Amino acid sequence: MTTPDHSLAELLIVACSEVYRGNGEIVATGIGPIPRLGASLAKITHSPELMMTDGEAFLVEDPVPIGPRDYDSRKPAGYLPFSRYFDSAVWTGRRHALVSPIQIDRFGQMNLSYVGGTFEKPKVQMLGARGFPGNTIHHINSMFIPNHSKRIFVEGEVTSVSSVGYNPARRLPGANFSSVDLRFIVTNLCVMDFGGPDHAIRVVSLHDSVTLDEVREATGFELLVEGDLPTTQAPTEEQLAVIAKLDPHNIRATIIKDNPPGRRG
Amino acid sequence: MGFRPVTFDKRTTAADVVSRIKDGMTIGIGGWGPRRKPMTLVRELLRSPVKDLTIVAYGGPDVGMLLAAGKVKKVIYGFVSLDAIPLEPYFRKAREAGGFEVLELDEGMLQWGLKAAALRLPFLPTRVGLGTDVFVQGKFKTVTSPYDDGEVMLAMPAIPLDMALLHVHRADRIGNIQALGPDTYYDEWFAKAAKEVAVSAEEVVERMDHAYPEDVKANIFERCFVQHVVEAPLGAHPTSMPPSYGWDMKAFKAYGATAGEEGGWAKYMAETIGPDEAHYLAQMGGADAVSKLPLPIF
Repeated sequence: MTTPDHSLAELLIVACSEVYRGNGEIVATGIGPIPRLGASLAKITHSPELMMTDGEAFLVEDPVPIGPRDYDSRKPAGYLPFSRYFDSAVWTGRRHALVSPIQIDRFGQMNLSYVGGTFEKPKVQMLGARGFPGNTIHHINSMFIPNHSKRIFVEGEVTSVSSVGYNPARRLPGANFSSVDLRFIVTNLCVMDFGGPDHAIRVVSLHDSVTLDEVREATGFELLVEGDLPTTQAPTEEQLAVIAKLDPHNIRATIIKDNPPGRRG
Repeated sequence: MGFRPVTFDKRTTAADVVSRIKDGMTIGIGGWGPRRKPMTLVRELLRSPVKDLTIVAYGGPDVGMLLAAGKVKKVIYGFVSLDAIPLEPYFRKAREAGGFEVLELDEGMLQWGLKAAALRLPFLPTRVGLGTDVFVQGKFKTVTSPYDDGEVMLAMPAIPLDMALLHVHRADRIGNIQALGPDTYYDEWFAKAAKEVAVSAEEVVERMDHAYPEDVKANIFERCFVQHVVEAPLGAHPTSMPPSYGWDMKAFKAYGATAGEEGGWAKYMAETIGPDEAHYLAQMGGADAVSKLPLPIF
Protein backbone atom coordinates (compact mmCIF):
# COMPACT_ATOMS: atom_id res chain seq x y z
CA MET A 1 0.00 0.00 0.00
CA THR A 2 1.38 3.40 -0.85
CA THR A 3 0.79 6.38 1.38
CA PRO A 4 1.37 9.99 0.41
CA ASP A 5 4.53 11.73 1.54
CA HIS A 6 4.03 13.23 4.96
CA SER A 7 6.03 14.61 7.84
CA LEU A 8 6.29 13.04 11.28
CA ALA A 9 4.35 16.05 12.59
CA GLU A 10 1.47 15.21 10.23
CA LEU A 11 1.53 11.57 11.29
CA LEU A 12 1.34 12.72 14.92
CA ILE A 13 -1.59 15.03 14.16
CA VAL A 14 -3.47 12.03 12.78
CA ALA A 15 -2.51 9.95 15.83
CA CYS A 16 -3.72 12.79 18.09
CA SER A 17 -7.01 12.96 16.21
CA GLU A 18 -7.57 9.25 16.88
CA VAL A 19 -7.60 9.78 20.66
CA TYR A 20 -10.90 11.69 20.24
CA ARG A 21 -12.70 9.00 18.23
CA GLY A 22 -16.08 8.12 19.68
CA ASN A 23 -15.84 10.51 22.61
CA GLY A 24 -19.33 11.92 22.03
CA GLU A 25 -20.56 15.43 22.77
CA ILE A 26 -17.68 16.75 24.84
CA VAL A 27 -15.19 19.60 24.52
CA ALA A 28 -12.03 18.48 22.71
CA THR A 29 -9.08 20.55 23.91
CA GLY A 30 -5.65 20.11 22.37
CA ILE A 31 -2.97 22.26 24.02
CA GLY A 32 -0.22 23.20 21.55
CA PRO A 33 -0.25 23.12 17.75
CA ILE A 34 -0.11 19.35 17.11
CA PRO A 35 -2.74 18.36 19.73
CA ARG A 36 -4.98 21.24 18.64
CA LEU A 37 -4.68 20.26 14.98
CA GLY A 38 -5.43 16.68 16.02
CA ALA A 39 -8.62 17.70 17.81
CA SER A 40 -9.71 19.84 14.86
CA LEU A 41 -8.96 17.02 12.41
CA ALA A 42 -11.05 14.65 14.55
CA LYS A 43 -14.03 17.02 14.46
CA ILE A 44 -13.79 17.62 10.71
CA THR A 45 -13.35 13.97 9.78
CA HIS A 46 -14.54 11.15 12.05
CA SER A 47 -16.16 12.82 15.09
CA PRO A 48 -18.22 15.91 14.15
CA GLU A 49 -20.16 15.66 17.41
CA LEU A 50 -17.12 16.96 19.32
CA MET A 51 -17.35 20.47 20.75
CA MET A 52 -14.48 22.90 20.39
CA THR A 53 -13.61 26.49 21.23
CA ASP A 54 -11.88 29.14 19.17
CA GLY A 55 -9.27 29.30 21.96
CA GLU A 56 -10.92 32.38 23.45
CA ALA A 57 -14.54 32.15 24.55
CA PHE A 58 -16.71 30.78 21.76
CA LEU A 59 -17.74 27.30 20.69
CA VAL A 60 -17.26 26.82 16.96
CA GLU A 61 -18.54 24.14 14.58
CA ASP A 62 -15.85 24.94 12.00
CA PRO A 63 -12.53 24.54 13.85
CA VAL A 64 -10.45 27.70 13.52
CA PRO A 65 -7.08 27.51 11.76
CA ILE A 66 -3.99 28.04 13.92
CA GLY A 67 -1.69 31.03 13.58
CA PRO A 68 -2.47 34.53 12.33
CA ARG A 69 -5.97 35.04 10.95
CA ASP A 70 -8.67 37.68 11.07
CA TYR A 71 -10.00 38.20 14.59
CA ASP A 72 -13.58 38.03 13.39
CA SER A 73 -13.15 35.04 11.07
CA ARG A 74 -14.43 32.52 13.63
CA LYS A 75 -18.15 31.87 13.67
CA PRO A 76 -19.51 31.45 17.20
CA ALA A 77 -22.10 28.69 17.52
CA GLY A 78 -22.02 28.65 21.31
CA TYR A 79 -20.44 30.32 24.29
CA LEU A 80 -17.92 28.78 26.67
CA PRO A 81 -15.90 31.50 28.38
CA PHE A 82 -13.41 30.69 31.14
CA SER A 83 -15.92 32.25 33.54
CA ARG A 84 -18.01 29.10 33.18
CA TYR A 85 -15.40 26.60 32.06
CA PHE A 86 -15.23 24.67 35.32
CA ASP A 87 -19.02 24.42 35.73
CA SER A 88 -19.70 23.56 32.10
CA ALA A 89 -16.80 21.52 30.83
CA VAL A 90 -14.32 20.42 33.46
CA TRP A 91 -16.14 19.52 36.68
CA THR A 92 -19.04 17.98 34.73
CA GLY A 93 -16.68 15.62 32.93
CA ARG A 94 -17.55 16.93 29.48
CA ARG A 95 -14.04 17.37 28.16
CA HIS A 96 -11.04 15.50 26.83
CA ALA A 97 -7.75 17.39 27.17
CA LEU A 98 -4.62 16.41 25.26
CA VAL A 99 -1.67 17.91 27.10
CA SER A 100 2.14 17.90 27.19
CA PRO A 101 3.58 17.57 30.69
CA ILE A 102 7.29 17.77 31.51
CA GLN A 103 7.31 14.36 33.22
CA ILE A 104 5.12 11.22 33.20
CA ASP A 105 5.56 8.20 35.48
CA ARG A 106 4.42 4.58 35.22
CA PHE A 107 1.17 5.45 37.00
CA GLY A 108 0.30 8.10 34.40
CA GLN A 109 0.92 10.85 36.93
CA MET A 110 2.09 14.04 35.21
CA ASN A 111 4.29 16.89 36.42
CA LEU A 112 3.85 20.40 35.06
CA SER A 113 4.99 22.29 38.15
CA TYR A 114 8.77 22.30 38.61
CA VAL A 115 11.90 20.14 38.41
CA GLY A 116 14.86 20.01 40.79
CA GLY A 117 15.16 21.61 44.20
CA THR A 118 12.08 21.71 46.39
CA PHE A 119 8.58 23.10 45.98
CA GLU A 120 9.60 25.99 48.26
CA LYS A 121 12.65 26.77 46.12
CA PRO A 122 12.50 24.97 42.78
CA LYS A 123 15.61 24.70 40.64
CA VAL A 124 13.51 25.16 37.51
CA GLN A 125 10.03 26.56 37.90
CA MET A 126 7.70 25.30 35.17
CA LEU A 127 4.08 26.29 34.64
CA GLY A 128 2.66 25.06 37.95
CA ALA A 129 -0.16 22.55 38.29
CA ARG A 130 -2.53 24.83 36.30
CA GLY A 131 -5.75 22.87 35.63
CA PHE A 132 -4.21 19.39 35.87
CA PRO A 133 -5.65 18.34 39.28
CA GLY A 134 -9.22 19.21 38.26
CA ASN A 135 -8.88 17.93 34.71
CA THR A 136 -7.64 14.51 35.73
CA ILE A 137 -10.09 13.84 38.57
CA HIS A 138 -13.06 14.93 36.44
CA HIS A 139 -12.60 14.15 32.75
CA ILE A 140 -10.72 12.23 30.05
CA ASN A 141 -7.07 13.11 29.43
CA SER A 142 -4.42 12.06 26.93
CA MET A 143 -0.81 13.14 26.50
CA PHE A 144 1.36 14.29 23.62
CA ILE A 145 5.14 14.00 23.93
CA PRO A 146 7.18 15.13 20.89
CA ASN A 147 10.52 14.05 22.44
CA HIS A 148 10.12 10.58 23.94
CA SER A 149 12.95 10.17 26.47
CA LYS A 150 13.79 9.05 29.99
CA ARG A 151 13.81 12.68 31.07
CA ILE A 152 10.07 12.71 30.44
CA PHE A 153 9.13 9.06 31.10
CA VAL A 154 10.86 8.97 34.46
CA GLU A 155 12.01 5.92 36.42
CA GLY A 156 10.46 6.76 39.80
CA GLU A 157 7.55 9.00 40.64
CA VAL A 158 7.39 12.42 38.96
CA THR A 159 8.99 15.29 40.93
CA SER A 160 5.67 16.92 41.69
CA VAL A 161 2.36 15.14 41.07
CA SER A 162 0.30 17.74 39.19
CA SER A 163 -2.33 15.30 37.97
CA VAL A 164 -4.14 12.24 39.27
CA GLY A 165 -2.94 8.94 37.86
CA TYR A 166 -3.36 5.31 38.86
CA ASN A 167 -0.91 5.24 41.79
CA PRO A 168 -2.62 3.26 44.57
CA ALA A 169 -0.47 5.01 47.21
CA ARG A 170 -2.04 8.35 46.21
CA ARG A 171 -5.63 7.13 46.41
CA LEU A 172 -7.05 8.72 49.52
CA PRO A 173 -9.49 6.27 51.21
CA GLY A 174 -13.11 7.37 50.85
CA ALA A 175 -12.45 9.79 48.00
CA ASN A 176 -14.07 9.36 44.60
CA PHE A 177 -11.58 8.68 41.82
CA SER A 178 -14.13 7.01 39.53
CA SER A 179 -13.84 9.67 36.80
CA VAL A 180 -10.08 9.33 36.36
CA ASP A 181 -9.77 8.27 32.72
CA LEU A 182 -6.35 8.41 31.07
CA ARG A 183 -6.59 7.27 27.45
CA PHE A 184 -3.54 7.59 25.19
CA ILE A 185 0.04 8.82 25.05
CA VAL A 186 1.14 9.88 21.57
CA THR A 187 4.90 10.35 21.21
CA ASN A 188 7.35 10.86 18.36
CA LEU A 189 8.09 7.12 18.53
CA CYS A 190 4.83 5.33 19.31
CA VAL A 191 1.29 5.36 20.65
CA MET A 192 0.59 3.95 24.13
CA ASP A 193 -2.51 3.46 26.24
CA PHE A 194 -3.36 2.49 29.82
CA GLY A 195 -4.82 -0.89 28.90
CA GLY A 196 -2.54 -3.13 30.97
CA PRO A 197 -3.36 -4.69 34.37
CA ASP A 198 -4.15 -1.94 36.91
CA HIS A 199 -3.98 0.57 34.03
CA ALA A 200 -0.33 -0.19 33.28
CA ILE A 201 1.03 1.65 30.25
CA ARG A 202 1.07 -0.46 27.10
CA VAL A 203 2.52 0.19 23.65
CA VAL A 204 -0.24 -0.11 21.03
CA SER A 205 1.54 0.94 17.83
CA LEU A 206 5.01 1.92 16.64
CA HIS A 207 5.62 4.63 14.09
CA ASP A 208 7.22 3.64 10.79
CA SER A 209 10.58 1.85 11.29
CA VAL A 210 10.68 2.48 15.05
CA THR A 211 11.68 -0.58 17.08
CA LEU A 212 10.34 -1.62 20.43
CA ASP A 213 13.90 -1.62 21.79
CA GLU A 214 14.22 2.01 20.82
CA VAL A 215 11.04 2.87 22.72
CA ARG A 216 12.15 0.88 25.77
CA GLU A 217 15.57 2.56 25.70
CA ALA A 218 13.84 5.94 25.86
CA THR A 219 11.46 5.03 28.69
CA GLY A 220 12.33 4.96 32.39
CA PHE A 221 9.82 2.26 33.31
CA GLU A 222 8.64 -1.08 32.00
CA LEU A 223 6.23 -1.04 29.07
CA LEU A 224 3.73 -3.76 28.32
CA VAL A 225 3.38 -5.20 24.84
CA GLU A 226 0.76 -7.71 23.74
CA GLY A 227 1.34 -9.62 20.50
CA ASP A 228 2.67 -8.09 17.31
CA LEU A 229 2.57 -4.33 17.25
CA PRO A 230 0.98 -2.62 14.27
CA THR A 231 2.55 0.39 12.57
CA THR A 232 0.86 3.69 13.40
CA GLN A 233 -1.58 4.68 10.70
CA ALA A 234 -0.08 7.11 8.16
CA PRO A 235 -2.09 10.14 7.03
CA THR A 236 -4.34 9.85 4.00
CA GLU A 237 -4.51 12.44 1.20
CA GLU A 238 -7.81 13.64 2.63
CA GLN A 239 -6.34 14.08 6.13
CA LEU A 240 -3.31 15.92 4.76
CA ALA A 241 -5.56 18.31 2.88
CA VAL A 242 -7.58 19.07 6.02
CA ILE A 243 -4.39 19.59 8.05
CA ALA A 244 -3.01 21.99 5.43
CA LYS A 245 -6.19 24.03 5.60
CA LEU A 246 -6.14 24.11 9.43
CA ASP A 247 -2.48 25.18 9.48
CA PRO A 248 -2.06 27.60 6.57
CA HIS A 249 1.22 28.99 7.94
CA ASN A 250 2.79 25.52 8.28
CA ILE A 251 3.44 25.93 12.00
CA ARG A 252 3.46 22.11 12.19
CA ALA A 253 6.80 22.09 10.39
CA THR A 254 8.44 23.97 13.27
CA ILE A 255 7.42 21.68 16.14
CA ILE A 256 9.85 18.78 15.78
CA LYS A 257 13.54 19.47 15.15
CA ASP A 258 14.38 19.40 11.42
CA ASN A 259 10.76 18.46 10.57
CA PRO A 260 11.59 14.79 9.79
CA PRO A 261 9.49 12.69 7.40
CA GLY A 262 6.90 10.31 8.80
CA ARG A 263 8.49 7.42 6.92
CA ARG A 264 11.98 6.91 8.25
CA GLY A 265 13.09 4.21 5.80
CA MET B 1 -20.88 41.22 59.61
CA GLY B 2 -21.74 44.76 58.59
CA PHE B 3 -22.25 45.82 55.04
CA ARG B 4 -19.91 48.19 53.32
CA PRO B 5 -20.19 51.95 53.88
CA VAL B 6 -22.34 53.67 51.29
CA THR B 7 -21.29 56.68 49.30
CA PHE B 8 -23.05 57.98 46.26
CA ASP B 9 -20.06 59.52 44.65
CA LYS B 10 -17.49 56.76 44.51
CA ARG B 11 -15.19 58.52 42.08
CA THR B 12 -11.62 58.87 43.26
CA THR B 13 -8.01 58.56 42.13
CA ALA B 14 -5.64 55.62 41.84
CA ALA B 15 -3.43 57.26 44.48
CA ASP B 16 -6.35 57.46 46.91
CA VAL B 17 -7.20 53.78 46.35
CA VAL B 18 -3.60 52.75 46.96
CA SER B 19 -3.41 54.88 50.12
CA ARG B 20 -6.11 52.62 51.56
CA ILE B 21 -3.96 49.52 51.05
CA LYS B 22 -1.93 48.77 54.19
CA ASP B 23 1.11 46.56 54.69
CA GLY B 24 0.14 42.92 55.08
CA MET B 25 -3.26 43.12 53.40
CA THR B 26 -4.67 40.45 51.11
CA ILE B 27 -5.36 41.94 47.68
CA GLY B 28 -7.23 40.16 44.89
CA ILE B 29 -6.49 41.25 41.34
CA GLY B 30 -9.02 40.48 38.59
CA GLY B 31 -8.36 39.53 34.99
CA TRP B 32 -6.61 36.43 33.67
CA GLY B 33 -2.87 36.26 32.85
CA PRO B 34 -2.20 38.94 30.23
CA ARG B 35 -5.88 39.89 29.96
CA ARG B 36 -8.03 42.56 31.62
CA LYS B 37 -5.64 43.44 34.43
CA PRO B 38 -6.17 46.69 36.39
CA MET B 39 -2.65 47.81 35.51
CA THR B 40 -3.11 51.52 36.25
CA LEU B 41 -3.96 50.54 39.84
CA VAL B 42 -1.13 48.01 39.93
CA ARG B 43 1.37 50.61 38.70
CA GLU B 44 0.20 53.00 41.41
CA LEU B 45 0.78 50.21 43.93
CA LEU B 46 4.30 49.74 42.50
CA ARG B 47 4.97 53.46 43.12
CA SER B 48 3.76 53.25 46.74
CA PRO B 49 5.71 52.21 49.88
CA VAL B 50 3.25 49.36 50.65
CA LYS B 51 4.78 45.93 51.33
CA ASP B 52 4.15 42.40 52.65
CA LEU B 53 1.02 41.92 50.57
CA THR B 54 -0.70 38.63 49.92
CA ILE B 55 -1.72 38.69 46.26
CA VAL B 56 -4.55 36.48 44.96
CA ALA B 57 -4.76 36.21 41.19
CA TYR B 58 -4.95 34.37 37.94
CA GLY B 59 -1.61 36.05 37.58
CA GLY B 60 0.03 37.91 34.74
CA PRO B 61 2.31 40.97 34.74
CA ASP B 62 0.51 42.22 37.86
CA VAL B 63 2.02 39.42 39.94
CA GLY B 64 5.42 39.54 38.21
CA MET B 65 5.79 43.29 38.68
CA LEU B 66 4.66 43.28 42.33
CA LEU B 67 7.17 40.48 43.03
CA ALA B 68 9.92 42.37 41.21
CA ALA B 69 9.15 45.48 43.27
CA GLY B 70 9.39 43.57 46.56
CA LYS B 71 5.76 44.18 47.54
CA VAL B 72 4.80 40.57 48.13
CA LYS B 73 4.88 38.22 51.10
CA LYS B 74 2.71 35.53 49.56
CA VAL B 75 1.06 34.70 46.24
CA ILE B 76 -2.09 32.58 45.95
CA TYR B 77 -2.38 31.67 42.27
CA GLY B 78 -3.91 29.40 39.67
CA PHE B 79 -1.08 30.33 37.30
CA VAL B 80 1.21 33.27 36.53
CA SER B 81 1.52 33.55 32.76
CA LEU B 82 1.73 35.94 29.81
CA ASP B 83 0.21 33.33 27.42
CA ALA B 84 2.69 33.59 24.53
CA ILE B 85 5.38 33.78 27.23
CA PRO B 86 4.00 30.78 29.13
CA LEU B 87 5.76 31.48 32.45
CA GLU B 88 5.86 35.07 33.74
CA PRO B 89 9.59 35.99 33.74
CA TYR B 90 9.73 37.73 37.14
CA PHE B 91 7.56 35.06 38.73
CA ARG B 92 9.99 32.42 37.49
CA LYS B 93 12.92 34.43 38.80
CA ALA B 94 11.30 34.95 42.21
CA ARG B 95 10.32 31.26 42.54
CA GLU B 96 13.81 30.07 41.70
CA ALA B 97 15.31 32.56 44.18
CA GLY B 98 12.85 31.48 46.92
CA GLY B 99 12.05 33.74 49.85
CA PHE B 100 8.32 34.28 49.46
CA GLU B 101 5.36 32.07 50.25
CA VAL B 102 3.14 30.51 47.63
CA LEU B 103 -0.13 28.66 47.58
CA GLU B 104 -0.25 26.94 44.19
CA LEU B 105 -3.83 26.05 43.34
CA ASP B 106 -5.55 24.26 40.54
CA GLU B 107 -7.23 26.97 38.44
CA GLY B 108 -10.67 25.75 39.46
CA MET B 109 -9.79 25.67 43.16
CA LEU B 110 -8.99 29.37 43.12
CA GLN B 111 -12.43 30.42 41.88
CA TRP B 112 -13.96 27.93 44.32
CA GLY B 113 -12.15 29.60 47.24
CA LEU B 114 -13.34 33.02 46.05
CA LYS B 115 -16.89 31.69 45.79
CA ALA B 116 -16.70 30.33 49.34
CA ALA B 117 -15.59 33.77 50.58
CA ALA B 118 -18.27 35.52 48.51
CA LEU B 119 -20.97 33.28 49.95
CA ARG B 120 -19.57 33.81 53.45
CA LEU B 121 -18.81 30.12 53.95
CA PRO B 122 -15.66 28.71 55.60
CA PHE B 123 -15.00 26.28 52.73
CA LEU B 124 -16.57 24.53 49.75
CA PRO B 125 -16.05 20.83 49.06
CA THR B 126 -14.42 19.59 45.87
CA ARG B 127 -12.68 16.53 44.48
CA VAL B 128 -10.10 18.77 42.83
CA GLY B 129 -6.62 18.49 44.30
CA LEU B 130 -7.10 15.02 45.74
CA GLY B 131 -4.42 12.55 44.67
CA THR B 132 -1.95 15.30 43.74
CA ASP B 133 0.88 17.26 45.35
CA VAL B 134 -1.29 20.39 45.26
CA PHE B 135 -3.10 18.79 48.20
CA VAL B 136 0.16 18.12 50.05
CA GLN B 137 1.92 21.42 49.23
CA GLY B 138 -1.15 23.45 50.19
CA LYS B 139 -1.65 21.49 53.46
CA PHE B 140 -5.34 21.09 52.66
CA LYS B 141 -7.78 19.23 54.85
CA THR B 142 -10.64 16.95 53.88
CA VAL B 143 -14.32 16.86 54.76
CA THR B 144 -16.57 13.80 54.76
CA SER B 145 -20.08 13.90 53.36
CA PRO B 146 -22.57 13.41 56.23
CA TYR B 147 -24.96 11.64 53.84
CA ASP B 148 -25.08 7.97 52.90
CA ASP B 149 -22.36 8.31 50.26
CA GLY B 150 -19.77 9.25 52.92
CA GLU B 151 -17.49 10.69 50.27
CA VAL B 152 -14.21 12.25 51.40
CA MET B 153 -13.53 15.57 49.63
CA LEU B 154 -11.04 18.38 49.79
CA ALA B 155 -12.35 21.31 51.84
CA MET B 156 -11.32 24.34 49.79
CA PRO B 157 -10.96 27.17 52.32
CA ALA B 158 -12.53 30.53 51.57
CA ILE B 159 -10.12 33.15 50.20
CA PRO B 160 -11.43 36.39 51.72
CA LEU B 161 -9.87 39.56 50.31
CA ASP B 162 -9.24 42.87 52.05
CA MET B 163 -9.51 44.59 48.70
CA ALA B 164 -10.11 43.61 45.09
CA LEU B 165 -8.73 45.61 42.16
CA LEU B 166 -10.62 45.26 38.87
CA HIS B 167 -10.62 46.94 35.48
CA VAL B 168 -13.82 47.34 33.43
CA HIS B 169 -14.96 49.30 30.40
CA ARG B 170 -17.50 51.60 32.02
CA ALA B 171 -18.49 52.78 35.46
CA ASP B 172 -20.71 55.52 36.78
CA ARG B 173 -20.31 57.76 39.81
CA ILE B 174 -22.30 55.46 42.10
CA GLY B 175 -20.50 52.28 41.10
CA ASN B 176 -22.59 50.71 38.38
CA ILE B 177 -20.16 48.98 36.06
CA GLN B 178 -20.21 47.38 32.63
CA ALA B 179 -17.61 44.81 31.67
CA LEU B 180 -17.71 44.18 27.91
CA GLY B 181 -15.73 41.64 25.89
CA PRO B 182 -16.12 37.92 25.33
CA ASP B 183 -14.96 36.77 28.77
CA THR B 184 -14.86 38.47 32.16
CA TYR B 185 -13.14 35.51 33.86
CA TYR B 186 -13.70 35.56 37.65
CA ASP B 187 -13.93 39.32 38.24
CA GLU B 188 -17.42 38.89 39.67
CA TRP B 189 -16.13 36.56 42.37
CA PHE B 190 -13.11 38.69 43.21
CA ALA B 191 -15.60 41.55 43.76
CA LYS B 192 -17.88 39.52 46.01
CA ALA B 193 -15.01 37.92 47.98
CA ALA B 194 -13.59 41.34 48.98
CA LYS B 195 -14.37 43.67 51.87
CA GLU B 196 -13.74 46.61 49.58
CA VAL B 197 -13.53 46.89 45.79
CA ALA B 198 -11.77 49.43 43.63
CA VAL B 199 -12.77 49.45 39.99
CA SER B 200 -10.84 51.30 37.33
CA ALA B 201 -12.70 51.97 34.11
CA GLU B 202 -11.90 52.99 30.58
CA GLU B 203 -14.73 55.51 30.87
CA VAL B 204 -16.61 56.98 33.84
CA VAL B 205 -20.07 58.44 33.21
CA GLU B 206 -22.54 60.29 35.44
CA ARG B 207 -25.30 57.74 35.19
CA MET B 208 -25.12 54.38 33.47
CA ASP B 209 -28.90 54.29 32.99
CA HIS B 210 -28.64 57.44 30.93
CA ALA B 211 -25.44 56.60 29.08
CA TYR B 212 -25.55 52.88 28.20
CA PRO B 213 -28.88 51.27 29.19
CA GLU B 214 -28.72 48.91 26.19
CA ASP B 215 -25.64 47.10 27.58
CA VAL B 216 -27.08 46.36 31.02
CA LYS B 217 -26.21 42.64 30.80
CA ALA B 218 -22.56 43.71 31.02
CA ASN B 219 -23.23 44.67 34.67
CA ILE B 220 -21.56 41.51 35.96
CA PHE B 221 -21.76 42.53 39.63
CA GLU B 222 -23.98 44.99 41.45
CA ARG B 223 -22.93 48.41 42.72
CA CYS B 224 -23.05 47.36 46.39
CA PHE B 225 -19.80 45.53 45.62
CA VAL B 226 -18.08 48.66 44.33
CA GLN B 227 -16.64 51.23 46.75
CA HIS B 228 -14.17 53.16 44.56
CA VAL B 229 -14.33 54.19 40.91
CA VAL B 230 -11.22 55.41 39.13
CA GLU B 231 -11.19 56.67 35.56
CA ALA B 232 -8.25 54.98 33.82
CA PRO B 233 -8.32 55.06 30.02
CA LEU B 234 -6.06 52.31 28.61
CA GLY B 235 -5.75 51.18 32.22
CA ALA B 236 -5.26 47.52 31.31
CA HIS B 237 -2.18 48.11 29.16
CA PRO B 238 0.00 46.07 28.50
CA THR B 239 -2.75 43.47 29.01
CA SER B 240 -5.69 43.08 26.64
CA MET B 241 -9.09 44.69 27.08
CA PRO B 242 -11.33 43.37 24.33
CA PRO B 243 -13.15 44.71 22.43
CA SER B 244 -11.28 48.00 23.09
CA TYR B 245 -7.63 46.99 22.55
CA GLY B 246 -5.35 43.98 22.48
CA TRP B 247 -2.32 43.13 24.56
CA ASP B 248 1.07 44.63 23.79
CA MET B 249 3.38 41.71 23.06
CA LYS B 250 6.27 44.03 22.25
CA ALA B 251 5.91 45.62 25.69
CA PHE B 252 5.71 42.19 27.36
CA LYS B 253 8.90 41.07 25.61
CA ALA B 254 10.78 44.23 26.59
CA TYR B 255 9.57 43.89 30.18
CA GLY B 256 10.40 40.17 30.27
CA ALA B 257 13.91 40.81 28.97
CA THR B 258 14.66 43.07 31.95
CA ALA B 259 14.28 40.06 34.28
CA GLY B 260 17.55 38.74 32.90
CA GLU B 261 19.47 42.01 33.24
CA GLU B 262 21.45 43.27 36.23
CA GLY B 263 19.41 46.11 37.75
CA GLY B 264 16.76 45.45 35.11
CA TRP B 265 13.76 46.02 37.33
CA ALA B 266 15.03 49.30 38.85
CA LYS B 267 15.65 50.62 35.37
CA TYR B 268 12.23 49.48 34.13
CA MET B 269 10.55 51.02 37.15
CA ALA B 270 12.32 54.35 36.74
CA GLU B 271 12.25 54.69 32.99
CA THR B 272 9.13 52.84 31.86
CA ILE B 273 6.66 52.84 34.76
CA GLY B 274 7.90 56.25 35.89
CA PRO B 275 6.13 58.76 38.13
CA ASP B 276 2.64 58.69 36.59
CA GLU B 277 0.40 57.27 33.89
CA ALA B 278 1.06 60.13 31.47
CA HIS B 279 4.77 59.26 31.56
CA TYR B 280 3.99 55.55 31.20
CA LEU B 281 1.71 55.96 28.19
CA ALA B 282 4.22 58.26 26.49
CA GLN B 283 6.87 55.52 26.93
CA MET B 284 4.45 53.07 25.29
CA GLY B 285 4.07 55.16 22.17
CA GLY B 286 1.18 57.34 23.31
CA ALA B 287 -2.51 56.81 23.91
CA ASP B 288 -3.39 56.71 20.23
CA ALA B 289 -1.00 53.86 19.45
CA VAL B 290 -2.01 51.90 22.57
CA SER B 291 -5.71 52.26 21.79
CA LYS B 292 -5.09 50.70 18.37
CA LEU B 293 -3.29 47.55 19.57
CA PRO B 294 -4.91 44.66 17.66
CA LEU B 295 -6.93 42.05 19.54
CA PRO B 296 -4.98 38.83 20.08
CA ILE B 297 -5.70 35.73 17.98
CA PHE B 298 -5.90 32.45 19.92
